[in-house]
Amino acid sequence: MVIDSPIRPLDVAAVRAAFPILDQRVNGAPLAYLDSGATSQRPLVVLDAERDFLLRQNSAIHRGAHTLAAEATELYEDARATVAGFIGADADELAWSSGATGAANTIASAIGHASLGRGGEAAARFALAPGDQIVVTEAEHHANLIPWQELAARTGATLRHIPLLDDGRLDLDAAAAIIGERTRILAFPHVSNVLGIVNPVHELVALAREVGALTVLDACQSVPHLPTDLHALDVDLAFFSGHKMLGPHGIGGLYGRRDVLNALPPAATGGSMITVVTLTHAEYLPAPQRFEPGTQPVSQVIGLAAAVRFLDALGMDAVAAHEVQLERRMRDGLRGIGGVRLLGDTEAAPRVGLASFDVAGVHAHDVGQFLDDRGIAVRVGHHCAQPLHARFGITATTRASASVHTTTDEVDRLIEAVADVRQFFGVKS
Amino acid sequence: MSLQNLYQELILEHSKRPVHATLASEGAHTATAHQRNPVCGDEITLRVRVSDDSAAVAEVTWEGTGCSISQASASMLASLVNGQSRSEVGALIDGFREALRSRGSIELDEDVYEDAAALSGVSKYTARVKCAMLAWVALEDALQRAE
Repeated sequence: MVIDSPIRPLDVAAVRAAFPILDQRVNGAPLAYLDSGATSQRPLVVLDAERDFLLRQNSAIHRGAHTLAAEATELYEDARATVAGFIGADADELAWSSGATGAANTIASAIGHASLGRGGEAAARFALAPGDQIVVTEAEHHANLIPWQELAARTGATLRHIPLLDDGRLDLDAAAAIIGERTRILAFPHVSNVLGIVNPVHELVALAREVGALTVLDACQSVPHLPTDLHALDVDLAFFSGHKMLGPHGIGGLYGRRDVLNALPPAATGGSMITVVTLTHAEYLPAPQRFEPGTQPVSQVIGLAAAVRFLDALGMDAVAAHEVQLERRMRDGLRGIGGVRLLGDTEAAPRVGLASFDVAGVHAHDVGQFLDDRGIAVRVGHHCAQPLHARFGITATTRASASVHTTTDEVDRLIEAVADVRQFFGVKS
Repeated sequence: MSLQNLYQELILEHSKRPVHATLASEGAHTATAHQRNPVCGDEITLRVRVSDDSAAVAEVTWEGTGCSISQASASMLASLVNGQSRSEVGALIDGFREALRSRGSIELDEDVYEDAAALSGVSKYTARVKCAMLAWVALEDALQRAE
């Protein structure tokens, strides 16, 4: 472990040159794209990687004896190794998915199948029965909540949740009380997509380990913004989304510790995931192919690997430092504006570069419209986290999120614009 | 297209001081509809009372939470339709929907739509059309069940 390797600060001007989409005016003002938390922009190298693949190697992978098929397969598996390395996993522990939602559903479905006895003895340890408990958190994105609701309904298991403290952190005392002998699964976000708070993975994993529960980590908002080492985090399963990490839409990652992934039965079945098929029976390939039935989005996989190489070249320590410094500026500025209430505004937890806030008397949609008029793109609404918003007594917030290309000037423009919102809507006293 | 064109004074006025925004109690000739915009969680509960012969709208009241556009639209709608015949109200809703979906090519007639004509500008902001439509869809739904 290198202890004092200096973090090389991002050269933001150079980074921005890689994102031509940023070089435009919206409603007469330079675009300030502060919505990377929803969908990140893609650097040219990602577009080029997809295009180059389609121009030179495009063909069916894992089949066919021709040269292009062999090259495509090689690129596809190289991409797996690249992305796996980036998240601290081995290549065979990473299956591709259609996205984070797809991966979460794959995990829940596979456990549901195990609960019906599929997957044989190896999968018996995942089987849920009435009285078993699945534990999630109050901060969940719907993608890491509804699949568990459905799984609970199908198996008779009970769904429980770890509540949030007023400052946005998870209530770890409550977690210790809730996670118990009947807890079979603990699913939680590495980073809340609304609060930007990094949750204490080690503490939560320790609680789950004590009772032998399976851990599932939603890493959508951590993999793009923090150095992430899933082996070190010691979770059993995790998932993340390509389009939130400078990569393409339609591609995501499903990580599983080797022994877990290989013991889970498949969720979806079909071509490319089998060894022997008769008219009445099929044998399945080990992970990760077991979880990649049918035709895979190969060019998106190639694009995602290019995104990872781009992030890697910047250095994730530098990315995190850059974004956190912007987040601090954002929060400090917003906090000082009358009527603005930040969600999860605490210094007691590490964070990533996003802030969600409420403007008293002005609905988030109106805030977003006002900001858009000044060329500032933010997310408004419940951010697929209705229970979290209900916890704080509101239906919608405005969220600004930073990325590698975000500048302090853009953050300052945001703060300045938010300061003018209440006056425009006539609610300022 | 300026922001002031979208957020006209009338809209901000109605959103701050909405009218008919206390739900009347249920009773004879009433029907209630609930509409929700899943994108933002905005919602409205709207109650219509029709005349004894069921031919006209006697009263529209509503309650809801949402952005200024959705709140103003509900307020404007409620004051517009009282006393009008069912067919007139049906035509108003159809015309409103057509204008809102016209991407700015159809202006609502102030003589017909009164304050709600100020919502014409919303049609240029496609992401906000749903906000403006919320109450109107709720009224359409409630009227189908009002006897």
